Amino acid sequence: MGHRTPLYEQHLSAGAKMVDFGGWDMPINYGSQIAEHNLVRTACGVFDVSHMTVVDVSGAGARDFLRCLLANDVDRLKADGKALYSVMCREDGGVIDDLIVYRRSVSPDAQSYRLVVNCGTREKDLAWLASQCAPYAVDIRERADLAMLAVQGPQAIEKVCALLPQAATQIRALEYFSGTDVAARIDWYIARTGYTGEDGVEVILPAADVVAFWKELLAAGVAPAGLGARDTLRLEAGMNLYGNDMDESVSPLVAGLNWTIAWEPRDRGFIGRAALEAQRSAGVAQKFVGLVLTEKGVLRGHQKVVVEGIGEGEITSGTFSPTLGYSIALARVPAATGGTAKVDMRGKLAEVKVVKPPFVRNGKQVYSP
Amino acid sequence: MSEIPGNLRYAKTHEWIRLEGDGTATVGITDHAQDAMGDLVYVQLPEVGEQKTAGDETGVVESVKAASDIYAPVDGEIIEVNSALEDTPELVNEDPYERGWLFKLRVNDEAQVEDLLTADQYQAQLDNA
Repeated sequence: MGHRTPLYEQHLSAGAKMVDFGGWDMPINYGSQIAEHNLVRTACGVFDVSHMTVVDVSGAGARDFLRCLLANDVDRLKADGKALYSVMCREDGGVIDDLIVYRRSVSPDAQSYRLVVNCGTREKDLAWLASQCAPYAVDIRERADLAMLAVQGPQAIEKVCALLPQAATQIRALEYFSGTDVAARIDWYIARTGYTGEDGVEVILPAADVVAFWKELLAAGVAPAGLGARDTLRLEAGMNLYGNDMDESVSPLVAGLNWTIAWEPRDRGFIGRAALEAQRSAGVAQKFVGLVLTEKGVLRGHQKVVVEGIGEGEITSGTFSPTLGYSIALARVPAATGGTAKVDMRGKLAEVKVVKPPFVRNGKQVYSP
Repeated sequence: MSEIPGNLRYAKTHEWIRLEGDGTATVGITDHAQDAMGDLVYVQLPEVGEQKTAGDETGVVESVKAASDIYAPVDGEIIEVNSALEDTPELVNEDPYERGWLFKLRVNDEAQVEDLLTADQYQAQLDNA
């Protein structure tokens, strides 16, 4: 038996097929992952993401600590509630994890941030934070008392506002990548973030409150959606998955994450900066691309990409795209790769188009064919 | 609990076969198999006219999760394939024993079906897995 979120019994009641995910018993689907995927793109779905790790970082040294720890720069968060996506690197530039950091409050004597990091990297990340914080006046507190739901889709915000009328104005006013405390709900936090490429929110709330809120969402017609749909949605949206698209042996520069690195100001020394700058100067030999297979078949992680006259690469994540109706993938390939390549699929070479992700945003195809 | 109709026979590789009484048989995959695969996205079927021996690869079902070979449960000639699965492979998930059938065979020797598992035997195989 793995770890269970407070919603375990609810998942069973909703007909979930449970699987092990990083040591947690989680719902992979509630009958059809394709139906759940389509509902998120056209209406609204809710994901139990309580297995993810929430860490509050606060103190007089919190800002300085995070500016050292993260490749993106928390000084880019110009107001309370603003959030950004960042990677956390080793000295050699390898990616320890990817995460979202929310600015709660900032003053010269005290700053407060919330980090949401991955489930499978929890122990590693907490140990890393503990090992790096000694020079800073900072308090690092894992919030295992909090659960988390992602409500995603074009109807998501309206559904959530209808259930939280006292906070509706605040929620509707949220910009993308911003969060807020919730009026009349102690210790709730809502942010306009997500892992699907649709509009929607992620709700961080006390574990004691999550079962009731989940039931209210389902009663309001929001469909429960599992990890299977979560993966097809994020891949269509061109979003990386730690462990597949990057890991400690992979530089963000070959995982399509250069845009998340704040190189300016030049005097901000973050962990891994020197190694990443050296990689940039030397010239990066690989690039991160999207692949589209228009014949029958499903592209899968670790399949070899063959680029005639140039070299080879590897698929890092592959799946079937329900919204597009064919298979798509993310891959690391030689930098000189052009508009087509071949993938070794069970011994047969299949031709694929090489495109720039994302593949789908707000329910529609966005890549150029 | 997966559904295992009593009037069918089963291969260890999770195909079912139904003798139609006219020298032909219909073949598909079991409820257990479709559930294990998850949503199917592609089904590769044999060509009409192909001769198969029991155990021959006779198609592929592919889901988001994985691709899985289908094996002929008995010797025979392919006489029809379920072309609806080209556009709606999910029929196999929704109705594995009826609308989700894969192919039909003209069976060389109906007695070969006796070599296959009964519903109880297939259930026992699943229980012991």
